[in-house]
Amino acid sequence: MARLTINGSLVDLDIEDDTPLLWALRDHAGLTGTKYGCGVAQCGACTVHVDGVAMRSCVVPVGSIEETEEIVTIEGLGQGAPHPVQQAWAELDVAQCGYCQAGMLMAASALLAQNPTPSDEDIRAEITNICRCGTYGRVLAGIKLAAERMATPSDQG
Amino acid sequence: MTATARLSRRGFIGSAAAAGAFSFGFSFPLATPGLAQSFETPEVNAWVVVSRDETVTIRIARAEMGQGSLTGLAQLVAEELDCDWERVTFELVKPSENARRDGVWRSMATGGSQAIRGSHNYVRAGGAAARKMLVNAAAAGWGVPAGECTVALGVITHGPSGQSTTYGAVAEAANAETPPEDVTLKDPADWTIAGQPKLRLDTADKLDGSLVYGMDFTMPDMLVAVPKACPVHGGRLVSFEAEAVQGMPGVRRVLRVDDETVAVVADTFWRAKTAMDALPIEWDAGENAAVSSETIAASLTEGLRAETPYIGNQAGDAPAALSDAEQVFEAEYSFPFLNHAPMEPIAATVRWTTDRCEMWGPTQVAESALRTLAQTAGLPTEACEVHVMRIGGSFGRRLMTDYIAMATRIAMQLPGTPVKMMWTREEDMLQGRFHPVTRCSLRGAIDEAGDLQALHMRISGQSISYSLNPEGVTANGDGSVFQGLEPDGDQFRLGYNPPNLLIDYAMRNTHIRPGWWRGVNLNQNALYLECFIEEMARATGQDPLAFRRKLLANSPKHLAVLEAAAQGIGWNGPAQEGRHRGLAQVMGFGSYVAAAAEVSLQDGWLQIHRIVAATDPGHVVNPQQIDAQVAGSFVYGLSALLYGECTVADGRIQQENFDTYNVLRLDEMPEVEVITVPSGGFWGGVGEPTIAVGAPAVLNAVSAALGRPVRHLPLVNADLRPAAAGEAG
Ligand code: FES
Ligand code: FES
Repeated sequence: MARLTINGSLVDLDIEDDTPLLWALRDHAGLTGTKYGCGVAQCGACTVHVDGVAMRSCVVPVGSIEETEEIVTIEGLGQGAPHPVQQAWAELDVAQCGYCQAGMLMAASALLAQNPTPSDEDIRAEITNICRCGTYGRVLAGIKLAAERMATPSDQG
Repeated sequence: MTATARLSRRGFIGSAAAAGAFSFGFSFPLATPGLAQSFETPEVNAWVVVSRDETVTIRIARAEMGQGSLTGLAQLVAEELDCDWERVTFELVKPSENARRDGVWRSMATGGSQAIRGSHNYVRAGGAAARKMLVNAAAAGWGVPAGECTVALGVITHGPSGQSTTYGAVAEAANAETPPEDVTLKDPADWTIAGQPKLRLDTADKLDGSLVYGMDFTMPDMLVAVPKACPVHGGRLVSFEAEAVQGMPGVRRVLRVDDETVAVVADTFWRAKTAMDALPIEWDAGENAAVSSETIAASLTEGLRAETPYIGNQAGDAPAALSDAEQVFEAEYSFPFLNHAPMEPIAATVRWTTDRCEMWGPTQVAESALRTLAQTAGLPTEACEVHVMRIGGSFGRRLMTDYIAMATRIAMQLPGTPVKMMWTREEDMLQGRFHPVTRCSLRGAIDEAGDLQALHMRISGQSISYSLNPEGVTANGDGSVFQGLEPDGDQFRLGYNPPNLLIDYAMRNTHIRPGWWRGVNLNQNALYLECFIEEMARATGQDPLAFRRKLLANSPKHLAVLEAAAQGIGWNGPAQEGRHRGLAQVMGFGSYVAAAAEVSLQDGWLQIHRIVAATDPGHVVNPQQIDAQVAGSFVYGLSALLYGECTVADGRIQQENFDTYNVLRLDEMPEVEVITVPSGGFWGGVGEPTIAVGAPAVLNAVSAALGRPVRHLPLVNADLRPAAAGEAG
């Protein structure tokens, strides 16, 4: 049994404590936007925010999360209005197959929350998610565009 | 009035749900089978539906797995249709529908970079025919000659009378018009939608988590199956102790799938996987347990010297010229097994009953997926349905339908219950259909003038056709092993023509199951030859570009892309201190491609600073999608060059996840520059050819930096310290 705060709602899930958060989200909370890519913290497809910090949910047991900790998934990112990274991704046509992109967007938004003006080197060092389609160049451009937008919110248009 | 289509690109978040009704392309279990169920108007023709709100839905028969051809194909239809691109959306075709309508959408197979180059004529004709029918319907309504009407952005105007109407208003009447017998296609020079850098049509639901991939699909009462097959391909499942896991949470069944596979069926993936990890299983690996990377290498090496009847390209008398020559260079290269490793592992949901079988899941070959489903289910194809989905990357893996048969065999043991079969990443890595393993010996004779007088290239290794398509193996062997080395052809053609040439092949198969891996045999063939060419140039003190210029004198398109890439990297000027450059070119999948790379070596590893690609695909349908495909091709090809290798020990693949099968990530992503030089008159693919030049261009740059050639992949195994002695192989 786990009680979690997911995208602002408190939910009770009837699951074993050692179930990874990824599978709690996908199989029990019905939130399949968070993806399974490796299960061993290598690829980042499963990235979510826990209290604003990017976590690889495939290796986080639900038993280790307090109900007061705020979990945000891709479904909860940009609720109401698109997050600047989602907007930038749409404008730059970043996604190819899209399977890694929920994780990319969660990693990118967490990075910008901590470092609003990341350099290319910061982005290269911090975004370690795997994209087999090879969207890395546009991911980098997307983060920079989103950072610009966030710095000058009035220019969002 | 046009909110849906507009939103799909402008205010993407709000649009996702609205777009979803059209764009998921599969019907939910209780919905009536068939197309266009969500439209109040009938189709204009098989390719085009226009609803009263002016939304133009374009039907797409080829699979979309990230390569972007969905959007390119829609652009080609929309171009001839003269509709408003801002109102275009799409719908995926089901193979059963294609069969019921006598193949009106032609081939649905999506491989070999064929999606656009293999269908541009008939999809454009489909758009042009729909336009004609819409105009005829409007003209008939007005009682005027259709020839007096013009169309712009989906608005039909009769100039003389000043009347106008819209596609949406006449779409229903257009359906009753007789389809035209022939249509004239536009000159690409006049295109306004095709040829433009349009954004993808299928982005919105990838950014908010709402796109349902095969892994994500769910339906009422569905169970999840996690299979495990004998890790040694061809081995047998002897027994398993179901009792040991039957009481674990969520577990419903433990079952034998086939001779080599067991599956745990549970209510969720994690519970099924947990039980599978705990399940005692006895395998009989059989004689393949004795096979290792070393025994495979020995067999391939033997093939390099053996007699063989399989000849792919021949001119003059290369063996004689080589034995007479004064200056002969020799080298031996190898290319390892590689896994496709798409980000979405294998998954498919099947529901079977005694009279019906349906599959919800991804495939690159919808029609053979339907056949596989029906054959395995023991039902006629008419009783089966494949609900196609967009795919989370595939790169050739889902050209094979093994997983569909497996999912069906599982579902057949739970009649009436939908079962989603999900492979773990580990299973996906072990049970892949691997890029074939080959080795190559090359011998070249250079005369005093520095010209290549003779070349013998012997490839030894695995045939994909032998395993997957036995009828493709003829008296000449598996012709596809010569991709890129053929004397002529409009798909693959060797640009070099030395006076004496012999390219032959010794088939040496292994028990590791091969598959078509993005770029297929062009990958290793281009690497072998382009690296050897550059080795010979450097060894004889010739500039690698100048050396190739002589060899490509009769291949102007090959040379043109090479020149463009070389110019892009600044070949004629010096590189920065410590940086080194390499080139590669090839013609494959109908396009001419070249790459130029600039690297430096530091602390025994390389940094790829820049890589420039030049592509001549004949015609360009969407330049920004070509950029994306070229950049993606570099990532795919360079992942293989730097890290990719699946090794074999005790008969089984050793790499089970990304921790041991590393791939390129953002920190190593070079700056990519894409040059597109369409020369017109032909249609080439772009999803694959560039992969084949990325690796040799970088490898040539590395060899230049080291002052000695590196001939075996991946680089992570090579000693890249400049002072190191003796790496040559
Ligand atoms: S699925 Fe969690 S990091 Fe890959
Ligand atoms: S977009 Fe396909 S894996 Fe990243």
